[in-house]
Amino acid sequence: MREKLEQIRLEAVQALEKLNSLNELEDFRVRFLGKKGELTLLLREMGSLPADERPVMGRIANEIRAFLENELETKTAVLKEAELRQKLESEAIDVTVPGKRPAAGKLHPLTTVLNELKDIFLGMGFEVAEGPEVEYDYYNFEALNIPKNHPARDVQDTFYINDNILLRTHTSPVQVRVMESQKPPIKIIVPGRVYRSDEVDATHSPIFHQIEGLVVDKGITMGDLKGVLDVFAKALFGPETRTKFRPHHFPFTEPSAEVDVSCAICHGAGCRVCSYTGWIEILGAGMVHPKVLQYAGIDPEEYSGFAFGMGLDRIANIKYGIDDIRLLFENDIRFLKQF
Amino acid sequence: MKVPVNWVKDYTDINVSVKELADMMTMTGSKVEEIITLGEDISNVVVGRILSVDRHPDADKLVVCSVDVGQETVQIVTGAPNVEAGQLVPVALHGARLPGGVTIKRGKLRGVESQGMLCSGEELMLKEEDYPGAGVNGILILKEDYAPGMDIKEALDLGGEAIDFEITSNRPDCLSIIGIAREIAITCGTEFRMPEVSLKAGVGDINEELAVRVENPDLCPRYMARVVKDVKVGPSPQWMRRRLAAAGIRPINNIVDITNYVMLEMGQPMHAFDIEDIEGRTIVVRNARPGETIKTLDDKDRQLTEDMLVIADVKKPIAVAGVMGGANSEITEKTKCIVFESALFNAPSVRLTSKALGLRSESSMRFEKGLDINTVALALDRAAQLVQELGAGTVVNGMLDVLSASLEKRTISVRWNRINELLGLSLTVDTICGILARVGIETDVQGDTLTAVIPTYRNDIEGAADLAEEVARVYGYDKIPMTLMEGSAARGQRSRKEKLLSCVKNRLTGAGLYEVVTYSFTSPDIYRAIGYTDPAEYPQAVKIANPLGEDQSIMRRTLLPSILEVLSRNYNRRISSCRIFEINPVFLPKSLPLTELPDEVLTLAIGEYGNDTDFYTLKGVIEEVADLLGLGDRLCFERSSHPALHHGRTAQILLDGKPVGFMGEVHPKVLENFQLDVRSCVAELDLQTLLDTANTEKQYKALPRFPAVNRDLALIVDKKVTAAQIEKVIKGKGGKILEVVELFDIYEGKQIPEGCKSMAYSLTYRASDRTLVDDEVNAVHQKIVNALEAELGARLR
Repeated sequence: MREKLEQIRLEAVQALEKLNSLNELEDFRVRFLGKKGELTLLLREMGSLPADERPVMGRIANEIRAFLENELETKTAVLKEAELRQKLESEAIDVTVPGKRPAAGKLHPLTTVLNELKDIFLGMGFEVAEGPEVEYDYYNFEALNIPKNHPARDVQDTFYINDNILLRTHTSPVQVRVMESQKPPIKIIVPGRVYRSDEVDATHSPIFHQIEGLVVDKGITMGDLKGVLDVFAKALFGPETRTKFRPHHFPFTEPSAEVDVSCAICHGAGCRVCSYTGWIEILGAGMVHPKVLQYAGIDPEEYSGFAFGMGLDRIANIKYGIDDIRLLFENDIRFLKQF
Repeated sequence: MKVPVNWVKDYTDINVSVKELADMMTMTGSKVEEIITLGEDISNVVVGRILSVDRHPDADKLVVCSVDVGQETVQIVTGAPNVEAGQLVPVALHGARLPGGVTIKRGKLRGVESQGMLCSGEELMLKEEDYPGAGVNGILILKEDYAPGMDIKEALDLGGEAIDFEITSNRPDCLSIIGIAREIAITCGTEFRMPEVSLKAGVGDINEELAVRVENPDLCPRYMARVVKDVKVGPSPQWMRRRLAAAGIRPINNIVDITNYVMLEMGQPMHAFDIEDIEGRTIVVRNARPGETIKTLDDKDRQLTEDMLVIADVKKPIAVAGVMGGANSEITEKTKCIVFESALFNAPSVRLTSKALGLRSESSMRFEKGLDINTVALALDRAAQLVQELGAGTVVNGMLDVLSASLEKRTISVRWNRINELLGLSLTVDTICGILARVGIETDVQGDTLTAVIPTYRNDIEGAADLAEEVARVYGYDKIPMTLMEGSAARGQRSRKEKLLSCVKNRLTGAGLYEVVTYSFTSPDIYRAIGYTDPAEYPQAVKIANPLGEDQSIMRRTLLPSILEVLSRNYNRRISSCRIFEINPVFLPKSLPLTELPDEVLTLAIGEYGNDTDFYTLKGVIEEVADLLGLGDRLCFERSSHPALHHGRTAQILLDGKPVGFMGEVHPKVLENFQLDVRSCVAELDLQTLLDTANTEKQYKALPRFPAVNRDLALIVDKKVTAAQIEKVIKGKGGKILEVVELFDIYEGKQIPEGCKSMAYSLTYRASDRTLVDDEVNAVHQKIVNALEAELGARLR
């Protein structure tokens, strides 16, 4: 009996090693452990053994069963794992095949840049104001200290509807409208579309976009103007950006400045984008002219303010390296896809 | 304003390099556009004295010259006919560069060694007006006595540098060499030297020669004149011609050159008349009379109007005041006696006249900005002095001065610390006064008040803000510390409209559409392109009085043409599929002609062609936008018509029953007008109204706790029956337990009778408080089927 048991164990161990599939494993289970399996059949012969041998043989037989069951379980797990692995391997795909994309469009680059600018100024506590594109001469010029026959009117070639109504040449009329309707403190930015009768070329368009800023309160200084625009330039072009304020003249600000930022491409070393100067002019700015405050009913002795303005199209062109403003209005899908 | 550096050095010292000077000037407000190096393209050309001229042994037309070029004597072969021994000529030595990139090398001409080249005027880019004799065919013969070997650029003053300044419109005083010299002195802290103007005694008395009458003193606050007799018109000296040329003014003759020289130097435009052309020997400054004309110096006839100021004699206009002289009183070679005019004209008047005549001149662009009443006299004397220095004539004693305005300096009083308050600085009053003194402003301080005496050439300075700018630009904009204002709290958030607009744009791009930006003006003819047949029916648009062209002359009332143009552009660039939208205002006049501003209505337009796009994909996009704005249930689509659209595939879009837009497939003829050879769909919506009406408040609804019962409903109906009709019946009979109605199939063709279609719906029934039993669902479902049969003639399939 003992020999037979050992014989079974030996055969089982040898058979186990040869098992390679779950099917063979099942055959093995039937052969040794099934109801008609070798071990089961042998145990049926237990009755013929002497009573004192039975417990011993029984223990050995159970040990063998437990051993085989355990081995079987381990082997099954290993084989299942291997089989799963093989199945998954056979399902391997080419991950370099391009993805299936949902249809997705893009915002126009001008919108994207405007959103970025808005976020910067909203973060500094500015609000967004808007005004009409077809505007009264009064708001576009007179209330901004540009009376009729002022030479500054030549600089901004104006589309007129009639003597009193025109297409706004800048977003500044909204300054006046806001100051008329709202008491200081005022802290706004004004994005919008503006018109000048320039023939179209790579750098000119009769329609373009500006973003304007206005702050009016007690104690506003030119230092504040410099501070705000420096924060803005760093936020837009990167923390290493520097700003340079040069004296200039605008009828609606005094003192006035033109503002250069260090070239975002060459960081001041000089390149094609900045015409090898290291600087790019992007802003006109200044302290709100006392007459402009007066026109809007704000006492220039009590209050002061600053204003600034820039061309959105120009900022977009600088930011994206676009060398022809016409591309912005052509709307070729292959262009729009890039932003 | 082009300023030759050597000229400006007459009035102030420059102790830095030109490049440094340019940077410094830019930072004090005189922006430098460009530094121009004069004569840059000429090198190694010197003055030579021709010692001998011999015949070339092998060529009849060539001669061999021996030329003293200072250090040595060289042999040069030339073909020029005008060389003689003893002449001084420009010699391009071996290695010399000439304008146009020409390099001169030694070589042999017909076997004879030539160590350089003798230059003509043309080869040095000199014209007759630059140097008399420069225009002749042959070598340029120098008239002055120069030492052989001298650099030709030095001899003819062809070198040096000029700085081109951008002068802002508030600083007409800087449209002059002395103005720039003054700014250089302010910037560099050097001394400014006004040119010394002094006259030698002349002859006679001007009152016997000329009278001046100013009839409109408002437009001419000061008119001054001098008379010069025995005038010898001829070329002005080399130094004056070179200075004019370097400043960009063409030399003409000594008298005209003097007027231009003084204008450049002092900033005061001058004019010279031939006194023989002044009838009655009387100058009358008056408005033009109706119908008067004048031929100006540019040889063009000008129609004058009564608002224009002219300089006239007793009969006729002889100049347009401040703009241009008349050809009828021009200085000619025969001129013997002249009148110099120096005057101050009203700035807006000159600007208007110059604009109306389409005639801008060096004179008008100065006058229109407002000039100094005191420089008028100085400039006149300066011109007389130059006449004496150049020996161009005999100055008659005395000058005429018709003056109706004050010559006194203005004073302004401000609270001096306001300057600090505006700039964010804390300068002492002494520092402020010191800076103002540097820019020529005298000050007197009493307590808080600073009284400033403003030079008459600074009409732009009116108050504290202007003084602050003067202080800031000299102190240095870069020294103003950067601060961030305190206390000016503002909310800094997006408006409701902006937030909604941003959501709409993001939804549209998320749905696969690209945002486009197009021009807001268009052609009146565009209505024909979008299907309007009768011009009388074209919608009335805001018209631009001075458009760039007829095709950009009206403000658009619809974005549709722009959208079609973009679709067309992409289609014709072989883009297979294009889905776009634009959000911008359209301009709707309240009445025409415009008396008040038009309504600017924010409008959404969408256009699509290509890949799986059709009426329904576009409609789906609009429904998505409506849902986003909480308007999904309030929007409906009705079959309609539109000139631009396919009759059978056009819908009007209604919000709460009111039209807010339209959509549809583009009419084949309109497609053709836009060179679109592909079915395209477009929509246009009044986004303003949608945003104003939007309701984005959300309220949670409990998730269903009881199961739903689904029933399908396949109907055969007449083709004319619409989905909206069917849905209305279903919903009307479905009652509270009908949760969802979904159309999942429309079919025409086999097995369906001619003129009919099959429409398959999936209905979901559910009660919120119980599990529905079949009987209850069946009863409702049957009611729906019965109503569909009765009301729409539908049959179950």
